[in-house]
Amino acid sequence: MIKFNLKLLVLSFLLLISHKPLQSAEMVDPIKVDWSFKGLTGTFDRASLQRGFQVYKEVCASCHSMQYLSYRNLGEPGGPEFSEQEVKAIAASFEIEDGPDSQGEMFTRPGKPSDKFKSPYPNVQAATAANGGAYPPDMSVLVKARKGGANYIYSVLVGYEDPPPGVTLDDGVYYNKYMAGNKIKMPNNLMDGLVEYADGTESTVDQMAKDVTTFLAWAAEPELEERHKTGVKVIIYLVLLTTLVYLSMKKIWSRVDTEV
Amino acid sequence: MSKEEKKVNRRDFLFTASYTIGAVGVGAVIWPMIDQMNPDKAQQALATTEVDISSIEPGKSITVLWRGKPIFIKKRTPEEIAEARAVKLDDLPDPQKDEDRVKEGKDEWLVMLGVCTHLGCVPLKDKGEFNGWFCPCHGSHYDVSGRIRKGPAPTNMEIPKFEFVDSNTIKIG
Amino acid sequence: MSEHEYVPKSKAGKWFNDRLPLLTLGAHLTDYPTPKNLNYWWTFGGILTFCLITQIVTGIVLAMHYVAHADLAFASVEHIMRDVNYGWLIRYIHSNGASMFFLAVYIHIFRSLFYGSYKSPREVIWIIGLMIYLLMMAAAFMGYVLPWGQMSFWGATVITNLFSAIPLVGDSITTWLWGAYSVDNPTLNRFFSLHYLIPFLILGLVVLHIWALHVPGNNNPVGIDIKKPSKDTVPFHPYITIKDAFALLVFMIIFAGFVFFTPNVLGHSDNYIPANPLITPAHIVPEWYLLPFYAILRSVPDKLGGVILMFSAIFILFVLPWLDTSKVRSAVFRPIYRQFFWILVIDVLMLGYVGAMPAEGIYLVLARVGTVYYFLHFIVVMPVVGYLEKTDPIPMSISEPVLTGGAEPSLARKVNDKV
Repeated sequence: MIKFNLKLLVLSFLLLISHKPLQSAEMVDPIKVDWSFKGLTGTFDRASLQRGFQVYKEVCASCHSMQYLSYRNLGEPGGPEFSEQEVKAIAASFEIEDGPDSQGEMFTRPGKPSDKFKSPYPNVQAATAANGGAYPPDMSVLVKARKGGANYIYSVLVGYEDPPPGVTLDDGVYYNKYMAGNKIKMPNNLMDGLVEYADGTESTVDQMAKDVTTFLAWAAEPELEERHKTGVKVIIYLVLLTTLVYLSMKKIWSRVDTEV
Repeated sequence: MSKEEKKVNRRDFLFTASYTIGAVGVGAVIWPMIDQMNPDKAQQALATTEVDISSIEPGKSITVLWRGKPIFIKKRTPEEIAEARAVKLDDLPDPQKDEDRVKEGKDEWLVMLGVCTHLGCVPLKDKGEFNGWFCPCHGSHYDVSGRIRKGPAPTNMEIPKFEFVDSNTIKIG
Repeated sequence: MSEHEYVPKSKAGKWFNDRLPLLTLGAHLTDYPTPKNLNYWWTFGGILTFCLITQIVTGIVLAMHYVAHADLAFASVEHIMRDVNYGWLIRYIHSNGASMFFLAVYIHIFRSLFYGSYKSPREVIWIIGLMIYLLMMAAAFMGYVLPWGQMSFWGATVITNLFSAIPLVGDSITTWLWGAYSVDNPTLNRFFSLHYLIPFLILGLVVLHIWALHVPGNNNPVGIDIKKPSKDTVPFHPYITIKDAFALLVFMIIFAGFVFFTPNVLGHSDNYIPANPLITPAHIVPEWYLLPFYAILRSVPDKLGGVILMFSAIFILFVLPWLDTSKVRSAVFRPIYRQFFWILVIDVLMLGYVGAMPAEGIYLVLARVGTVYYFLHFIVVMPVVGYLEKTDPIPMSISEPVLTGGAEPSLARKVNDKV
């Protein structure tokens, strides 16, 4: 009887959650991409991460900050894994404000790997004012901060379209199939051949969107590879110990007349 | 149930294996809880600092912060250097030549961790019986080379890893 | 604890034990006669102890790196995730640990409901358990505020605003709770303080919970009183410890699956957006374990009424031992009540589901139906069914079940008839 009722319970619950919630008509499910970092043993594609960083640096960084990342992160294991020299050169290509010096003045100096990513604007208000009233969100954890994650970010990047008839857009507002409400204040910044990839990969819009999304996915979850690796080991260990304890339990309980 | 039945046969392989593997797991879980208190990656990355030394007069010193600790940078006069080198090693509790505490050719520059090796206080400059530093906490006297001469401190003040980037700049760490 | 007198073998042991009888306590816990027919639903007590210890240990560790300040909290969490050695692991264990804790506590509570473990003479165990559950909800709510993301901020705003429903003094109370005129830095700071305190209160109550349990001893699937120790019992160690260990390990595999492979699936993506007092997220939902109560709250179109009903949903459980009129504890021998029990389970799951959905249309209807049944179950079904129901024959002891009549076939399998 209990078993039967459990089935009933599971069934009715599945029925309940399989019923799709009502959505606004314009919302489109994001494109599903087969990311290399998906799955139990997923890892990042290093080359894609390095290209993605290039797209971020040359395109996104003029408006979007990534304030929780440091240049040193670019050389850490599990990330783009730039060499130490490359990381130093990347950091040094930014002018970082430091100070105060012994005279009490702020000064600028070339960046060091320990510096945080330089933000394009001094504060949120400045960023909002410079972008037509829409704050370009910090991208450090953007992939984790959006429902749909990497798929959603990628979809928005490739989702620009002409507005359907009847939809009028204000100045500085663009139509995007995947954005909630379909209206976005970020213009379509990607066009074929926009960046020149160091590794010779052809920089199509799709390629750049995938690369920069991969980069953002790493930025949001820099621990992902270590997490997956550790996770597999932990599960194997637990299954082994569980088996041993199960057999021990059977043995101990064989001394009494009750089954476990 | 009899007493014999209750007792676990500890020699049993299954139980031994379970206990052993379980203990390994507990150990593996404890390590992250301990390691989290070690300096984190951001702390480790801040390991170097550069200092401009162009404005230091002979006989004077400055103090800069490195890894949260004071670094004494002293430009010594020739007399001070001579004084430091005249000391017999036998008179030192922690024998070390002054030449070994400075960079060759830059003998006037003494760069050292301004932390008393006794219990971590910051010694006062130009104090004490040896024309060097004096730690007010428990009365340790250091000479003009930063070597311990008298008092409870066991060793000389530490020389950090540093290098001259150019004649006016040193990089500590 | 007076079933036997324990005398330590060594002289030193005896000397110490005469002054502080810790060894007697240890012997009591080891030999504690436990019904031998406890099934796996009984392993969740041990699992919950593990959850509490895990939360306390990881929480103490996180508090070494977390900064309880409105300007720094979000950044300090990112610092933990990125820079602190194993910080990501410890934080994910703590955040998913909260969910696992509630998963276990709900199973534990429903086990108690099914087998009548709240009934005489175990009312005090049940009430202490409910107090633990209330404190858990408070701790979990305040813990969710600490990362200072959008859901933290707006969750705190909505929940604290519940108190503004109190007539006359409501607004003063919310302002007092906030220490400001909205949820702000003072609120965050006091929530952190209380979040650190509550687990230790829970720990104290857990000791009382177990103490109160050891007076009458465990209930069991058959629900009858048993003689202790007897052929119906086994010593706690090694029989129950090994079984608890096995169940705990299975639980840990699921736990690890969440931590390592889907660490954010039980959270909400909006909480990775820093708190912004100017913009409310489109869809505010509490953590999953509070959803049924959230659904009850929203099912009432009146502010005060909703709040009262939500709190009643919890407090009605405190009088449950006196609402249940049945002479029989275990639902195994209660064919009618058993059906209602499963309806209650489905009802609570449904309430949880509609709690996550927008409060409109069909969801609102379901929430209202669910709320009505929830209260009917306790106020009407339990007293009436307990009074009218014809129960199945009950065995005299665990070792001597009656196999005639309508006894549960699965029970016959569990209760071995070899004497």
